[in-house]
Amino acid sequence: MKHRWAMAIDLDRCTGCGACVVACTAENNIPVIGEEEAAKGRLMHWIRVNRYWEEENPGARATYLPVPCQHCQRAPCEIVCPVYATYHSEDGLNAMVYNRCIGTRYCSNNCPYSVRVFNWYDYRWEKPLDEQLSPDLSVRSRGVMEKCTFCIQRIRRVKDKAAGEGRKIRDGEVQPACVQTCPPGALIFGDLEDPDSAISRLFKDPRRFRLFEHLGTEPHVVYLKRRKGAGA
Amino acid sequence: MSGEHLLARTDEAQLYRELSRSNLVTTWKWFAGAGTLALVLLWGIGVFVYMMMTGMGVTGLNRPVFWGILIVNFVFWIGLSHSGTLISAILRLTHATWRAPILRAAEAMTAFSLMVGGLFPLIHLGRNWRFYYTIPYPNERGLWPNMRSPLMWDAVAINTYLIGSLTFLYVGMIPDLAILRDKSEGWRRKQYSILSLGFRGTHAEWRRYHRASTLFAILIIPVAVSVHSIVSWDFAMAKVPGWHSTIFAPYFVVGAIFSGIAGVVLVMAVLRRVFRLERVLTPLHFDNLGKLLCMMSLIWAYFYFAEFLTVWYNRNPEEWEVFSSYGKSYLPVFLLMIMCNFVIPFPMLCMKKVRRSIPAIFFASLLIVVGMYCERILIVTASLARRNDPFIWHNYFPTWVELSITAASFAMFGLLYMVFSKIFPIMAISDIKERLFHTTERAFGGASAEAIARVEEGEEEGSA
Repeated sequence: MKHRWAMAIDLDRCTGCGACVVACTAENNIPVIGEEEAAKGRLMHWIRVNRYWEEENPGARATYLPVPCQHCQRAPCEIVCPVYATYHSEDGLNAMVYNRCIGTRYCSNNCPYSVRVFNWYDYRWEKPLDEQLSPDLSVRSRGVMEKCTFCIQRIRRVKDKAAGEGRKIRDGEVQPACVQTCPPGALIFGDLEDPDSAISRLFKDPRRFRLFEHLGTEPHVVYLKRRKGAGA
Repeated sequence: MSGEHLLARTDEAQLYRELSRSNLVTTWKWFAGAGTLALVLLWGIGVFVYMMMTGMGVTGLNRPVFWGILIVNFVFWIGLSHSGTLISAILRLTHATWRAPILRAAEAMTAFSLMVGGLFPLIHLGRNWRFYYTIPYPNERGLWPNMRSPLMWDAVAINTYLIGSLTFLYVGMIPDLAILRDKSEGWRRKQYSILSLGFRGTHAEWRRYHRASTLFAILIIPVAVSVHSIVSWDFAMAKVPGWHSTIFAPYFVVGAIFSGIAGVVLVMAVLRRVFRLERVLTPLHFDNLGKLLCMMSLIWAYFYFAEFLTVWYNRNPEEWEVFSSYGKSYLPVFLLMIMCNFVIPFPMLCMKKVRRSIPAIFFASLLIVVGMYCERILIVTASLARRNDPFIWHNYFPTWVELSITAASFAMFGLLYMVFSKIFPIMAISDIKERLFHTTERAFGGASAEAIARVEEGEEEGSA
């Protein structure tokens, strides 16, 4: 079965609540680094909610822009890695091999979206926090890059289940943690190979745009523009 | 003028004693100096091990500035390495006879700064202990390094240059090693006997030697140019505003030669003072290198202007944010760069008096080395700090860890040079002798000038 996983982010629905960040942190064994390290610009989040202020006070208005890995079709991070630690999977995912990574950090320099994060230290989960670690994926050691995988462990689980039952994957069956959690339902995930899926429709939406589209990275994440009008 | 030709009247034994002073006497000062440098180096190694055991978090790096002054050091040292072999090769090919006394010092500088610079990409790795993943060795998983990555081009280019310049240095040294073999005793004699490869100075050997060194000189020039082009492509190939620029390759080559010549002047001035080589390294050499420096300063400024002008006029917001940060958080670094690379040294070097005064040209070269270091800080860190997405903009300042490792790299360079000057001929004795042999002093009215007789390639063949 061929797949091409993609995500749509409806900025009309996004309230900037940050639930996606929390869900992602819980799902993917992402370390919580504390205030001091965060101030140094070392947040480990795989998805971040950018906040831009449109006007000065008073009347300041914030716009929110959730940014996960864009899983570019022509990913700039992949070509610069000297050891193939990051590569393109058959499903169109931009995948990371932690064990292969030697930490040149070139991929993160070449990522225009700056969604890649680096393990600055060996982060620890003191007891009993280690109980919250997900057994589905590894805890990364110091010195390797990591980033959003579109919750590849969930994709695998659904794939196995569908294969076991001898059927195709249903639209909406795979849900990354952020998509599952998003209270206003601003994040939509699916398979572009399935022409009837919600995501395939949204990829043709007239409101769609991609981040830094002019750079030619062909991201697998599209954004739906905010509509002007009452309540917007 | 006639003061420069004192050598012509000295006999061979005296010439040898003068040129090999560094090999003959080892004072307590040498041990004190080497000891201090070794301590700094040891401290740096300790800090590196600490960084490796704890994680890169002990540096000042962050997102988006994933590369900091460790990479600046890399570019800086590779840049310094540029002058030596390149100058020496160009001067050899153009038969610039004044080159003889600076050859060895410059070539050794290339080799050592490459050794130091080449360490930095390894030091800055997140998992240094896995560095061998970049080496194409056969393994059971069939994994191969990614040759599309500019880092791999870099590894290949730098290793080629290191091997090439070490060979160039060594081949050029063979006749001198033979002289040392004949003059020395004990373990030194044994060492030089092996290293001089039985060179006896026969006519056939000299002919082969000349042919080999000309060939090396021709081959090393494209390698040298390619190395810094490829170092620039580490940056220029990336989708980073401020890095992604077609001008980068020639611009880096120019910057490398610029800082490299300044480095050669610094090293020469120190050698001249420490080993009392005043009669060999004359103001003439500093004058000539000063002229080169002056020209490189002008070319550098032109490149910088061309790069700046296009971005300023175009006002492409992504690139303009990078350049306008030079006027904000990076203003001190920017001003230091402009002052040290152009505003102060250029007018200074235009004056013959400055070029011929060793303290003055030493000062100008020191400024240039500092200025070029600042230039690399701006290129590497400022561009990263103002990446595409303003939400993640973050400034960078190095921590004591990075500064210690930087200090250790200078100590390592100094130490390598000090040890080299004790064991190997720091002056190209045979080249200097050859030059003296060809030179006669002619009187033109009241003044006297050098007249140089040189055998042309074809004639040499015929007479052999």
